[in-house]
Amino acid sequence: MNRFVVQRIGFAVLAVAAIAVVLPILLVISAVVARGIAAVDWQFLSAMPREGMKAGGILPAIVGTLLLVAGTALVSIPVGVGGAIYLAEYARDTAFTRAIRLAIVNLASIPSIVYGLFGLGLFVLFLGFGTSILAGSLTLSIMTLPIIVSTAEEALRAVPTEYRTVSASLGGTRWQGIRHIVLPQALPGIITGVILGLLRAAGETAPILFTVAAFYLPHLPRSVSDQTMALPYHLYVISTQVPGMPLEIQYGTALVLLTLALSMNAVATLVRSYFRRRREW
Amino acid sequence: MSNRVPAITIEEVSYSYGGKAALQDVTLQVPARAITVLFGPAGGGKTTLLRLVNRLNDLVDDTHMSGHIWFDGQDVYAPDVDICELRRRIGMVFALPLPLPGTVRENVLYGPMLARIRDGTRLQHILERSLSQAALWDEVRDRLDSPASKLSGGQQQRLCIARSLALQPEVLLLDEPTSGLDPISTAKVEASLNQLKQDITIVIVPHSVQQGARLADYAAFFLMGELVEQGTRPAMFTAPTDRRTEDYVTGRFG
Repeated sequence: MNRFVVQRIGFAVLAVAAIAVVLPILLVISAVVARGIAAVDWQFLSAMPREGMKAGGILPAIVGTLLLVAGTALVSIPVGVGGAIYLAEYARDTAFTRAIRLAIVNLASIPSIVYGLFGLGLFVLFLGFGTSILAGSLTLSIMTLPIIVSTAEEALRAVPTEYRTVSASLGGTRWQGIRHIVLPQALPGIITGVILGLLRAAGETAPILFTVAAFYLPHLPRSVSDQTMALPYHLYVISTQVPGMPLEIQYGTALVLLTLALSMNAVATLVRSYFRRRREW
Repeated sequence: MSNRVPAITIEEVSYSYGGKAALQDVTLQVPARAITVLFGPAGGGKTTLLRLVNRLNDLVDDTHMSGHIWFDGQDVYAPDVDICELRRRIGMVFALPLPLPGTVRENVLYGPMLARIRDGTRLQHILERSLSQAALWDEVRDRLDSPASKLSGGQQQRLCIARSLALQPEVLLLDEPTSGLDPISTAKVEASLNQLKQDITIVIVPHSVQQGARLADYAAFFLMGELVEQGTRPAMFTAPTDRRTEDYVTGRFG
């Protein structure tokens, strides 16, 4: 067959594949928006649920998700970024550090339901935190940690070695070089990784199933030892456990969760592209 | 060589990294307030020797060193040496212009900032003095706060020199600082060095024999990690003793 014809066919196949990738996402978004937009208004976002959640709003679920994300951030960012700095800047290539890296990679592949059970066993039962925001945040943090550590480490490694050498030659300690040059330059990559990690924490149901999620709370959580509602779990519950739940409300909840996830993603992408343009290496 | 007090004494230094011998039993006196040129073909150990003086090779693993390097009456590798202080007193300029991210001002004042100098007037004075010494002040005085990456290659390299000079080092080590620069920038850098040598000790690896001959007060010829010969400029470049030196200087190999 003529080479040009083969090439045309090849490109056509690739184009179809590209469309096949984008299509499902567009379908999901349009389906959720079409069926859920009617339910979403300010009332929906700011009011407490009523009548067995068939009416009213989803405020506690939204607040709960935000609280859990905040709690996860509080733990996983310092530990994750700190660990990444150690691995990228201080650790020598020994069997021990290779084992650490292996552990991190493995941590990232653990199914989220296993995290949920682990969180139940360790935080809820053994350490006695009970089903609480504390237990939930800690469980989500462990799940988020490998994402943050690996993206942060990669961001740090991407900073050219020359900067460290120059800093050393001007009398800087290793930490001064990291603090003044390496870390600021790696920050965009680290921020992107953090946002994507927290995005996952916001959307997962399994880790919060046994550790913090409540079916219904009459009030907003008042402390870290309180349970809370959360969007992913809430969506699961109202879609399966509540008979006669209006379809609109289900899709409305899904729309809120989807919007949260997509906007976090958008922020991460914007941060990354803005700083990439300004980068001097 | 001369009876001046040497600034740096390199005594029987041998050095290897990754199992490869880079320097063999090198003994060299670097006289104070003069330009000493380390020249020779690639792989001779010149860059390695420079990096040993300000202990920049501490950052590399799997190395072995014997011998001593004396600076200001002290062994540079003694366990109680403050490495950061050492590197402030012995500055280094690298072969490629390596501006740090940031403005011209931030680049020049990076070293003083690390050394916790905070006084604004003093910093401004340091800025102007260092850039003048590097023959760059007139060209950048109106753009001190614009990014250093916008400067030309020649300007960036002079910026790196200014950056090292901001700490007022007693010694300046330069590793092929003008390779990749056009002849005008090269001439400006060489002129600065000739001016600077009245106050500080300069050790330079030139990018050509001719540059070495232009700049040297004293010179040392390195071949495959061995210090073949050392002497004053006229001796080394016009009447070397060793056959190998002569062959290299006249261009029979290199």
